[in-house]
Amino acid sequence: MEPGDGLHWTVWISAANSWKKRKQIMLLTIDRVQKTYPGGRPVLRDVSLDLDQGQTLALTGESGSGKSTLLNLAAALDSFDGGEITLDGTRLSTLDDAGRARLRRNQVSLVFQQFNLIPSLNVAQNLSFHARLAGVEDTTWNSHLAERLGLSDLLGRFPENLSGGQQQRVAIGRAMAARPNLLLADEPTGNLDETASETVLDLMLSLVADTGAALLLVTHSQKIAGRLDRQVKLSGGRIQ
Amino acid sequence: MTWATVQALLSHWRVHRLQLATLLIGIALATGLWSAVQAINAEARASYARANAQLAVGQFDELRDPSGPIPMSRYVELRRAGWQVAAVLEGPYRVGGRTLRLMGVDMVAYPALPAVTEAEQSAEATEPADMLTAPGRLLASPELQPLLRGQTNLPPVLITSALPPDVILTDIGVAERLLNQPGAISRLVVLPNQPRDRLPLNQIAPELKRISPTTQVDTARLTDSFHLNLSAFGLLSFAVGLFIVNGTVGLAFAQRRGMIRTLRALGVSMRRLVWLILTELTVLALIGGSLGLLLGFFLAGALLPDVAATLRGLYGAPVTGQLTLQPKWVLAGLAMAVFGTLLASGHALWRLSNMPLLEGPGVQAWQSNSRARHITAALGLILVVGGAFAYISVGGLVAGFVLLAGLLTGAALLLPALLATALSALARTAREPVSQWVWSDMRAQLPGLSLALMALLLALAANIGVSTMVSSFRLTFVGWLDQRLTAELYVTARDEDQAREITTWLRPQVDAILPIRNVELFHETGPLFLYGVVDDPVYRQHWPLIASTYSVWDDVMAGNAVLINEQLARRASLWPGDELKLSSKHYLPIAGVYSDYGNPTGQAIVSMAQLDQIAPGAEMRRFGVRMPPEGATAMAQNVREQFALSPRVVVQQAAMKAQSRAIFEKTFVVTSALNVLTLGVAGFAILTSLLTLWTQRLPQIAPVWALGLNRAQLARLELLRSVLLAALTACLALPLGLVLAWVLLAVTNVQAFGWRLPMFLFPWDWLWLFVLTLLAALIAAALPALRMLRLPPADLLRVFANER
Repeated sequence: MEPGDGLHWTVWISAANSWKKRKQIMLLTIDRVQKTYPGGRPVLRDVSLDLDQGQTLALTGESGSGKSTLLNLAAALDSFDGGEITLDGTRLSTLDDAGRARLRRNQVSLVFQQFNLIPSLNVAQNLSFHARLAGVEDTTWNSHLAERLGLSDLLGRFPENLSGGQQQRVAIGRAMAARPNLLLADEPTGNLDETASETVLDLMLSLVADTGAALLLVTHSQKIAGRLDRQVKLSGGRIQ
Repeated sequence: MTWATVQALLSHWRVHRLQLATLLIGIALATGLWSAVQAINAEARASYARANAQLAVGQFDELRDPSGPIPMSRYVELRRAGWQVAAVLEGPYRVGGRTLRLMGVDMVAYPALPAVTEAEQSAEATEPADMLTAPGRLLASPELQPLLRGQTNLPPVLITSALPPDVILTDIGVAERLLNQPGAISRLVVLPNQPRDRLPLNQIAPELKRISPTTQVDTARLTDSFHLNLSAFGLLSFAVGLFIVNGTVGLAFAQRRGMIRTLRALGVSMRRLVWLILTELTVLALIGGSLGLLLGFFLAGALLPDVAATLRGLYGAPVTGQLTLQPKWVLAGLAMAVFGTLLASGHALWRLSNMPLLEGPGVQAWQSNSRARHITAALGLILVVGGAFAYISVGGLVAGFVLLAGLLTGAALLLPALLATALSALARTAREPVSQWVWSDMRAQLPGLSLALMALLLALAANIGVSTMVSSFRLTFVGWLDQRLTAELYVTARDEDQAREITTWLRPQVDAILPIRNVELFHETGPLFLYGVVDDPVYRQHWPLIASTYSVWDDVMAGNAVLINEQLARRASLWPGDELKLSSKHYLPIAGVYSDYGNPTGQAIVSMAQLDQIAPGAEMRRFGVRMPPEGATAMAQNVREQFALSPRVVVQQAAMKAQSRAIFEKTFVVTSALNVLTLGVAGFAILTSLLTLWTQRLPQIAPVWALGLNRAQLARLELLRSVLLAALTACLALPLGLVLAWVLLAVTNVQAFGWRLPMFLFPWDWLWLFVLTLLAALIAAALPALRMLRLPPADLLRVFANER
């Protein structure tokens, strides 16, 4: 990276932070959302919560409590049966399949426990893929991300040749390269050992803080949840 | 423990019913197409054997006169000298517009001819004396009954199934009358149990040549190449079917790895598992094979009439158009199904049996496939080079097939590497993220699709190769017909007197009359028909010579040279400058070689004067009439009315051409049908591969969907991907198909039929095939794309689920 690039991003990040501090905007509103899976089993019952721009929120709960389902609904990956979800002013219930795809492309980024990189693309291509889909690719920002995530030497490799921790760092890089308003992470450290988990979480939180994005993170771990601004616990499809 | 393991193994098929159906269909298609060809070949060979046995062909020594018919006096001398010989007179005989083979045997000398003894024992039995006394009897197959019924000029007909179709058997006395060859004998059959003290042949009849059964050109040997060609196509279809089996079994085994690991962990030995899986595969092969046999039987039944017509037209081979089910065929078909299934499953089973106990189900790592791809490509290259080396160093039909096998197998093995290279090159040109993903994803899909694409490559190459050969042949044949059929009318008179009357009547009204006279001689390579021609500009201008000396026609018309057909030239290795022996006294230099498509026998042409010298008394009943084409129809009608001739014996050029073209089209019905079926099987292979790969596709598609591509876009991309892979394969199939066409035209055709054809290119046909291929790929991909379009998000979300 050129020396000027570092300065450029420092200016950009501090500008974003000051903007975040000045104005707390409601980014995500989940209002009495209901979801029932085929077979009649209700997964979410009148769930409501808000998430402000730049805020981080941990969604905890036991297996089957509906955490991942709620995250999928917020990401416009699935549709709900009742209530409403509003993301940056857009009511998700009004969107068709193409509209939801557009929203995922332009507003939201996702990090999964299984990493879910595209196996046929190398690290550099995976890293820039979402940003290029959204039409916001910035090669300097990508280089900056690669360096911060420790991926600069791995750019030509393919996912199958990376460790779990490295793959998750690529997934975070892919998510952040698109400069999302909202980052949704489903057990992002669930497949990693303790050291790798710490590294990945540190990187994710620092990047979210630097870019001013909001973070909704699903986790089992109280230790991880404790590092986020807020915690919400789901149990039996309801917020406790 | 065994039963519990079997239940566990079989539970896989309960969950994957489509996979089971695909596997059984793959085995059935492979076995069906192969068995159909084998049934056709077996039926044809059985017909030859039956005909040869009934007519005692190829069983005893024969005596022939290389210069023509044997005179009756010679026969009498031989019999008096103690030789146990039976005279045979045979020749073509036209009844109701159809040319039959009339065979007259001296029934007094050879009453034990199998066909005759069998006929005598039949329900319609007659007194043996009836055969010998006037008016005699004709024996014919049931197929000829409608044709011979109501023919008033013929003796009573006895129908017997002991005779092949197209053959009429009678006493030699009746044959002499019907063929209008009194006192003539075509050959003498040397019967078994000859007296020891008889005079040697060279003292009684030095001009006669004794031919042993092994050197007699029989139908089975003449048609060997034709059947070999059919077998090669059957084998190709079998191989294409096995690609489906290989792909399905490979996927089934990959999906069962987890189960196998669990079973082993629970104490089932690998040896037991391998035996159980082998048994399971054998049972599946027997079920699929049985379905295939059923398919093959119906397919063969549908194709056999055309094959029979082809063999009769091309070789005069006696083949019935009906199929009988033979136990040997059933057993061979089932054995082939089991062999093919085990062959196609061998590699997957070997990998499974060598899998470490602790290895997980594993996701297909596509990068690590590049090494395997390189090894496969190297093997393919070795096969291509090996095939070419075999052909260059050995030559001949077998080497031609080795070349074809090496070329096709080698090219199929090279395909994944070539496609990967092409896709890499295309990926480098991609700028958009989606196109970049599409290209790289196509590369990632190659291992799973390569077998289906190999099948498609083989099917397309075979299609291009065979259609180029057939179309080249058609083009050449049509041109050749124009050259050969130069007269506007062809007339066959009842006898020579009527022929003279007609020519006298015609001569002032037409441009020229071209007599068609011929005599059957015998050459060491088989029967030789010698024709005489008059000097007419039409021959000099149009005769289709493929090799000639400078003064070819002057030499032939001066009686100093002979023309021979391509079949004789290739069979006897005789070319311009060589000498042809026509009789013990007549040797003539060869001045030219002409193409003579569709004729299985040797043919030679001399001047009319020369024909009279070599074979005096050759009948003159047929002739061509040259006249302005516009008056031909009226003239044909006039001739028929004037001389009370039927339309069948006064034929116009156009009708003859149409008839010849119809025979030509029939000749390639079988290969064309196999071609289309092979292409269909390849299309099915793509469909099954795409369907079986479907479950493996989700982990690749789901992240892209999550990142913002909707299902409609992904479905379109699925279609595009399949079509692009098929298009790339089709592009690679074109050069392979052209090489295949060249081998078929320059090697196998020459060996199989005795003629070589020029090769023409048909870009419009290729374009049509290309469009068909894309359409097939589109149809094959439509179902997976539709599934993609209708896929509930919940199924895609399962890919991301932590507890999956």
